Amino acid sequence: MTPNIIIEDWGLINYLDGLERQRKCVQRVIEGAADHLILCEHPAVLTLGRMTNPRSLLYERKEIEARGVTIERVDRGGDVTLHAPGQLIVYPVFNLNKHGKDLKAYMEELEEVAVDLLKNFGILAISICGQRGVFVGPDKIISIGVGVRKWVTYHGLGINVNTDLSLFDLIKPCGLNVRMTSMQKIKGHAMPMADVKTKIIEQFGKHFK
Amino acid sequence: MTKIILPELGEGIVKATIACWHAKVGDSLQRGQEVCEAVTDKASFVIEAPAAGKLESICVDAGQEGLVGGVLGTIE
Repeated sequence: MTPNIIIEDWGLINYLDGLERQRKCVQRVIEGAADHLILCEHPAVLTLGRMTNPRSLLYERKEIEARGVTIERVDRGGDVTLHAPGQLIVYPVFNLNKHGKDLKAYMEELEEVAVDLLKNFGILAISICGQRGVFVGPDKIISIGVGVRKWVTYHGLGINVNTDLSLFDLIKPCGLNVRMTSMQKIKGHAMPMADVKTKIIEQFGKHFK
Repeated sequence: MTKIILPELGEGIVKATIACWHAKVGDSLQRGQEVCEAVTDKASFVIEAPAAGKLESICVDAGQEGLVGGVLGTIE
């Protein structure tokens, strides 16, 4: 299905451990390894992107940590975002020298992958001009933020499959006054994560040949 | 003197915000060393030193916008 992409499923992995593994993977791809598609979930963590507005955190650090959520500063674009179990994290480590050296086109392709993924599950989602991510009606379901070194990508998508949405009350996601939603909330029942993983791999295979 | 240029990042992208500098004026740089990061549209792009030498000047400070093709700094 995806002969040119190496798929790795890291399961539930601490955010910083995952970041370190991701950096090593980026280095391997820079040195000529094939594109990698990494799937995982993280224990609850707020990550602060390069452009984080302090006002995007709606509670003091102590209060946030009291809810079992850690806070990490990271080298990706964008504002604050939340990762938690039930959210499928997708890290495409792709060499854009092979897919067109165009950040905007890459981000738009990620959004198309996400929209097509949700279509597989009967969820009609859209991307909104001027706002990165994917939305169902006014609610955001998938967040996107990427980093690029030597035209090799890292970071990627956070897909709210069965995420505890109450955790988003801690922040203004991506610095926006936006409500978050999940596949579980829309469908009215928990979604099988394994099926979502299978479909996202298929979609990447279709969009990044 | 070698210019550190904000590279072409994609069609329609004409500027980017410099999120941070990894070096300060006077620091020695190796060719290919990461010197700063540009952020546009939720993507962060690492910019490397195009030549070895000392960082002579920073033309676009962290938090400011640079134009694609414009000079971000110089290496002596």
